[in-house]
Amino acid sequence: MSKHKLPRKSTHIDMTAMCDVAFLLLTFFMLATKFKPDEPVVVKTPSSISSIPQPENSILLTVDPQGKVYFDYDNKKAKRLLIDKVNETKQLNLTEEEKSSFVNGASFGLPFSQMKQYLAIPPMEQKQFTFTGIPIDTSYMAATNELGYWVESARYAGQEEGHPPRICIKCDAATAYPKVKDVIKTLTKNNIDRFNLLTSLEAIPEGTQAWEDSRKN
Amino acid sequence: MAEIAESGGSKKGGPGVKKPKKLSTRIDLTPMVDLGFLLITFFIFTTTMSKPKTMEINMPSEKKTDKPNEVKDYTAMTILLSKEHRVYYYLGMANDPLKPPKVEVTYFQNKNGIRDAIINLKKNVYAERNNGMPGHKADDEPVIIIKPDTTSQYEDMVNILDEMQVNGINIYAMVDISDVDREFIKLTEQANGN
Repeated sequence: MSKHKLPRKSTHIDMTAMCDVAFLLLTFFMLATKFKPDEPVVVKTPSSISSIPQPENSILLTVDPQGKVYFDYDNKKAKRLLIDKVNETKQLNLTEEEKSSFVNGASFGLPFSQMKQYLAIPPMEQKQFTFTGIPIDTSYMAATNELGYWVESARYAGQEEGHPPRICIKCDAATAYPKVKDVIKTLTKNNIDRFNLLTSLEAIPEGTQAWEDSRKN
Repeated sequence: MAEIAESGGSKKGGPGVKKPKKLSTRIDLTPMVDLGFLLITFFIFTTTMSKPKTMEINMPSEKKTDKPNEVKDYTAMTILLSKEHRVYYYLGMANDPLKPPKVEVTYFQNKNGIRDAIINLKKNVYAERNNGMPGHKADDEPVIIIKPDTTSQYEDMVNILDEMQVNGINIYAMVDISDVDREFIKLTEQANGN
């Protein structure tokens, strides 16, 4: 019998194609990326069927399971105007650096009295600071209710900057209702009746009105 | 050409000098691919591809209006949210203290839950609005009043607002719970033995 000798093939694979793909994907992700904002607490939002995306330039109020409220504003220019105003009216004596720390920082959840103390520490160490939440009192009016003051001033700042903000509430599913009510009351008492609640998307249950509507379109 | 150069080289160098080995122009790209994928992984983990979804909500205005909202008794349903994700509901406005409404208790579930109660309400309103009874108009819509108790959680609130969307209820309002409603919950709890 004649023996056929198979030609020995090199085990080396040409990596050029793979390299091309890798860098193509890399470029895509680099261009498409928007870094996750730093979150002060992990909040697990409840789910709903609504699919309205979060509006641009919105004020974000995060509420954690204990009911602590954190404030953030997704508009750096307006946030700068806001901190200037807050510094002036509340006489916080913040330096320019401390103001920048606020503008570039993530969600903020402290009363005004501790604000300078927090912003004075370097941004890398700010994470170790425990937030106590923005205080809400039962008058709900901006004069004494700090959250009301934040929201109202942020809306003015947004107006001035040219992008009036919408307000989004990101609240944990397990937060007790009275805590949520306090936040909502603060908004409604300051004449904000329309706002958004952050939810995660869930499928529309079959056979319901909304399911039939969505199939028609 | 190459042969000529080779032979020339060997002549010059003599027998002891080795001719230079021809180096391959191929570079091993494996480390570069590794690096590429490492960076891809980094960007995948740090990125937020989709914006979070939101639910829009309109609260009743705090400004006092002269005209009180009139809700027709047969179109109304009140939903009370209570502890352990319980949902109490009754039909009508419960304006008459002598005739307390029949309060039912249920949960958020796909079958026999609050959704079926809402669907039934809608069916009844659509059936009754054309029957020519005094006060019934052809454009009447079901009205749902949501009253979360202090023992309920945010999740319950979102769930019930979601049910409004799921069932296509356009008129609903979230208001504070009253003592009368708390009493209803208490009585129902006692009747059910928990």
